[in-house]
Amino acid sequence: MSSSVESLVNREYKYGFVTDIESDLAPKGLNEDIVRLISAKKGEPEWLLDWRLQAYRNWTRMAEPHNWPNISYEPVNYQDLRYYAAPKTTTPLGSLDDVDPKLLETYTKLGIPLSEQKLLAGVAVDAIFDSVSVGTTYKAKLAEQGIIFCSFGEAVREHPELVRQYLGSVVPAGDNFFAALNAAVFSDGSFVYIPKGVKCPMELSTYFRINQAETGQFERTLIVADEGAGVSYLEGCTAPKRDANQLHAAVVELVALDDASIKYSTVQNWYAGDADGKGGILNFVTKRGKCAGTRSKISWTQVETGSAITWKYPSVILQGDDSVGEFYSVAVVNNRQQADTGTKMIHVGRNTRSTIVSKGISAGRGQNSYRGLVKVLPRAANARNYTQCDSMLIGNRCGAHTFPYIDVQNASSSTEHEASTSKIGEDQIFYLKQRGLNTENAISMIVNGFCKEVFKELPMEFAVEAQKLLGVSLEGSVG
Amino acid sequence: MTMLDIQDLRATAGDAEILKGISLTINAGEVHAVMGPNGSGKSTLAQVLAGHPSYTVTGGSVTFMGNDLLDMEPEERARAGLFLAFQYPVEIPGVTNAYFLRAAYNEIRKARGEEEVDPMDFLDVLEAKLKIVEWGPEIMSRAVNAGFSGGEKKRNEILQLALLEPRLAVLDETDSGLDIDALRIVAGGVNKLRSTGRSFIVVTHYQRMLNYIVPDHVHVLAGGRIVKSGDKALAHELEARGYEWVEALHGVPA
Ligand SMILES: Nc1ncnc2c1ncn2[C@@H]1O[C@H](COP(=O)(O)OP(=O)(O)O)[C@@H](O)[C@H]1O
Ligand SMILES: [Mg+2]
Repeated sequence: MSSSVESLVNREYKYGFVTDIESDLAPKGLNEDIVRLISAKKGEPEWLLDWRLQAYRNWTRMAEPHNWPNISYEPVNYQDLRYYAAPKTTTPLGSLDDVDPKLLETYTKLGIPLSEQKLLAGVAVDAIFDSVSVGTTYKAKLAEQGIIFCSFGEAVREHPELVRQYLGSVVPAGDNFFAALNAAVFSDGSFVYIPKGVKCPMELSTYFRINQAETGQFERTLIVADEGAGVSYLEGCTAPKRDANQLHAAVVELVALDDASIKYSTVQNWYAGDADGKGGILNFVTKRGKCAGTRSKISWTQVETGSAITWKYPSVILQGDDSVGEFYSVAVVNNRQQADTGTKMIHVGRNTRSTIVSKGISAGRGQNSYRGLVKVLPRAANARNYTQCDSMLIGNRCGAHTFPYIDVQNASSSTEHEASTSKIGEDQIFYLKQRGLNTENAISMIVNGFCKEVFKELPMEFAVEAQKLLGVSLEGSVG
Repeated sequence: MTMLDIQDLRATAGDAEILKGISLTINAGEVHAVMGPNGSGKSTLAQVLAGHPSYTVTGGSVTFMGNDLLDMEPEERARAGLFLAFQYPVEIPGVTNAYFLRAAYNEIRKARGEEEVDPMDFLDVLEAKLKIVEWGPEIMSRAVNAGFSGGEKKRNEILQLALLEPRLAVLDETDSGLDIDALRIVAGGVNKLRSTGRSFIVVTHYQRMLNYIVPDHVHVLAGGRIVKSGDKALAHELEARGYEWVEALHGVPA
């Protein structure tokens, strides 16, 4: 690539600041007592503590996955982490009135003002700071329609029957190493329940912020859309810049009953580490949805630009007949970032349909892997899958890899797989420069064009944000 | 007024010297045809003027409107009013023609100290420009050059030329691959854009296009050098006698 391309300056990660706030911290290390401590801090009922302890015991018998994902990292020292950190001044009730001004200021700096007057109209936010939710907006307004949108902790207190019914119903406590860890120590997260026949009138969103050093973040989100209900949910996240890796092991479970639809969009912008790969978030996340009802629909859209390492496979179990699963993904790696991401579409019911569109962009020395499973079980007559998997390389020190797995056990089904790899062309960049665009804008235009099919799935404000983010994460990328 | 002054220009790609000392002066309002056999260096000359990074200039100078062209980045050359209609226009999948054209238009406007236009106003601007290439608005929602026929790509280049209103336009084999109707439209578009303040370098292998775009000067490029210059009669003579004639005259192996 030309020197003009190489000489682009890397813009600073602008969310890398730390909020100076006193925190209530658990001692370092993980054992049954820590699990009990977390549960006690949150005033949880016995059944939940038992569930956590069971998960913890499972976890101690499991191994951190190092052989199958196409990522490499130093094993995490789980005894050197803290599993609970809460800003001391928060009232755990999710009431915005009593939130520490320092926290409000933090979210304003992040572009997420929590005062309802200043909020983007039509978006309700649950703000998670380290291990706790500091506030949820528009709760009352949503409650008028019977919609429950609150922190996980609050849901356990206020709606234990719902939580108990669905918790672990999609991602069981022993599902995998990180999911088991999460089940044992999960701190907070968001809970959503949309009652029968209600279409949620505004976008719901969670904003995750890691602040405390040497802690992990283990939030858990559960969204249930009852019969005929519909909801669109957005997730965003940032973390301070630190030299050490930080662990983020979240779990998201979605349940859609008959005729319900859930759209879950993520713009992931955790701190990615510096240009040499020092620091950054280890993003080991289990996200799965279950189309439990007939004609239900679950759609995942993700734009993954941050994190040192991303390991996540938002998946859909297509259990109900005629249900629909979708996965739209843009994953960007630059510098030393690594991503192993994709999806699993498990066709159980008849006439189930799934669509997978994955766009991987690799720059710098980044390594990007798409890993996807399409499984059609014997009962899934007429199941259909369409997979499109495109990779773009910027420069010649990066890598793109695809690992598609197809397992079809019903002969009346069909699966279609298209894949492409392209290198962003010197000639494309030159063409745009000849029309007056500088290198940065030229690359941004080409890459945004490449991602278009995914961006059009995002809610409007998110799409704009994602486009900007892509430009920023690719700055200084070519070499 | 001198628009472009090329003196003894030499350029290499990799180890090979392709341009071996080219001198050419173009005044405002003039149309110069550059002809020559395949591989003689016509596209290289066009690309070097536009600043393509694959080529290294090893000698000589190029002055564009009094400024050292070779010292400018490709986008600076574009903003200063140099336009290249590519022999092989590049595809940009996923980016609509309308979006791309407006981005380019606004860059050029900014460089001229004019205000950027929003998408709505841009549609009005486009309408007039589309007429120049006898096109409807459908082409605007398609991705830039993606799946365009050869003729559509060339037409799109001329649309950009019409939109960006450069001072100097270099057309690299804009006629190649065009059927007679498309050639008439493209050449007609160029003729509408001729003006006293605008100069053209029309690179072509055949004399055909010069029946439509009548040049003031004709240069024959062979082996990286201009071996003969003349007026439009030279183009006809070439058509009749073939390139072997000039090549033989100047000892360039065919
Ligand atoms: N980027 C390049 N790298 C190596 N050789 C090149 C490159 N561009 C052109 N050439 C060579 O230079 C010569 C002139 O090519 P070109 O300028 O395309 O000729 P024309 O346009 O007159 O057909 C040819 O021999 C061609 O192979
Ligand atoms: Mg050529």
